[in-house]
Amino acid sequence: MTYARRALTVAWKDLLVERRSKETLNALLFFSLALLFVFQFALGPDRERLAAVLPGLLWLGFILAAVLGLGRAFFVEHENDCWEALLLTPGDKSAIYLGKLAGSLALMAVVESLVLGLFVVFFNVDLTGAVAGLVLVMALGTLGIAAVGTLFAAITAQARARELLFPVLLLPVLVPVLLGTVKATEAVLLRAPLGDVAHWLKLLVAADVIYVVAGLLTFDFILEG
Amino acid sequence: MVAVPLVRVAGLVRVFGAQRVLDGVDLDVSAGEAVALLGGNGAGKTTLLKIIATLLRPTRGTTTVAGLDCVRQAEAVRAMLGVVAHGNYVYEELTARENLAFWLRLAGHPAARDRLDAALAEVELDRHADARVRTFSAGMRRRLSLARLTLARPRVLLLDEPFAGLDQRARKWLEGRLEAYKADGGALIMATHSFGRELGIADRLAVLAGGRVALDTPRAGLDQQDVQRLYLAHTEEAS
Repeated sequence: MTYARRALTVAWKDLLVERRSKETLNALLFFSLALLFVFQFALGPDRERLAAVLPGLLWLGFILAAVLGLGRAFFVEHENDCWEALLLTPGDKSAIYLGKLAGSLALMAVVESLVLGLFVVFFNVDLTGAVAGLVLVMALGTLGIAAVGTLFAAITAQARARELLFPVLLLPVLVPVLLGTVKATEAVLLRAPLGDVAHWLKLLVAADVIYVVAGLLTFDFILEG
Repeated sequence: MVAVPLVRVAGLVRVFGAQRVLDGVDLDVSAGEAVALLGGNGAGKTTLLKIIATLLRPTRGTTTVAGLDCVRQAEAVRAMLGVVAHGNYVYEELTARENLAFWLRLAGHPAARDRLDAALAEVELDRHADARVRTFSAGMRRRLSLARLTLARPRVLLLDEPFAGLDQRARKWLEGRLEAYKADGGALIMATHSFGRELGIADRLAVLAGGRVALDTPRAGLDQQDVQRLYLAHTEEAS
């Protein structure tokens, strides 16, 4: 119980800090709007072409927003040496990872919901009958991205070239998640039954489990540096 | 019966790249004792405090707190430590009360509002309990950091320039708190550049120079000028 409470405490703190500063959220929203504008300009009104590339574009938007947002997950801990205080706090450090992950997930959920809404408006996408499937795919994909993103944000937080290092480390590891989410999203948007893409969903679940467990097991060593 | 030191540092060496910041430091601090660490910029005061605090690993040598090794038993050692560092460990966007609540809850303790308010009142921040820390002055941040320590009740206090940024009233309060802490059997190591009245709480002075403890002497009987003379003699000798 204490473990869960400690994780919730970290998530509460991160969300409160973000709600008040709005640093990451504002940056992500402006970035997403700019991205959508470029996509709209490049693709034009051709519906068939749009349908073929939409899943890829959607996840490209999500992943770029995640690279920007998750990369900042530990910035707040460097302010006033709070990283040291986290290290000095007695108790299982993986609870801190879990809390950070929960905070990142909540932030990404807000951004992805807004980006999806803008996609629907910008590209006139009809989501009737696809919402439940899309939410499932988004949840699985987002968990994988946030799990490994939070871990790599912690690894690169102390590095001098962290802005460069973070995407270089993150993107190759996210290939299975990107493949699974794009293929599953494509099927969902074509109204195919989820059973047709069960193998992609299983890949997403496996990646999520591996990334979360890896984060929980290694975070203590990462925090210790 | 010989008192066993609560903090024991033996043959401590710490190398950063080609620089040997600590080169065989030996230091014992007993329960109920306060040691003031003096030394010039880059003498290794903060490095020594960080190694005792388990935040840095030594290159060689051992550090123990209550007989527990600061490297191999770091988790157990941390439960006994209270640290005040340069950064104060505060989140700018949280209020004073939220900052205290966060650190208490993260350590697995309940954060009852009256307990938090009492700690804030003790450092005279009760009127600012709901103000965000980013509006605080350096002295207020330091007082908030000290309020966190009053809630934790550690056995060993490691203080890096604890009086920095404090006004006269807060200094007096802190001196009183540290004296009471010593009387309760706590051990205290304080890094400072000051030779002023805050040295009054120290039972011993340890001057770091040339990577070693160049002087370890009782403070009793030494006035400010004596301390300054001893400090200069030993730091100049080392350089």
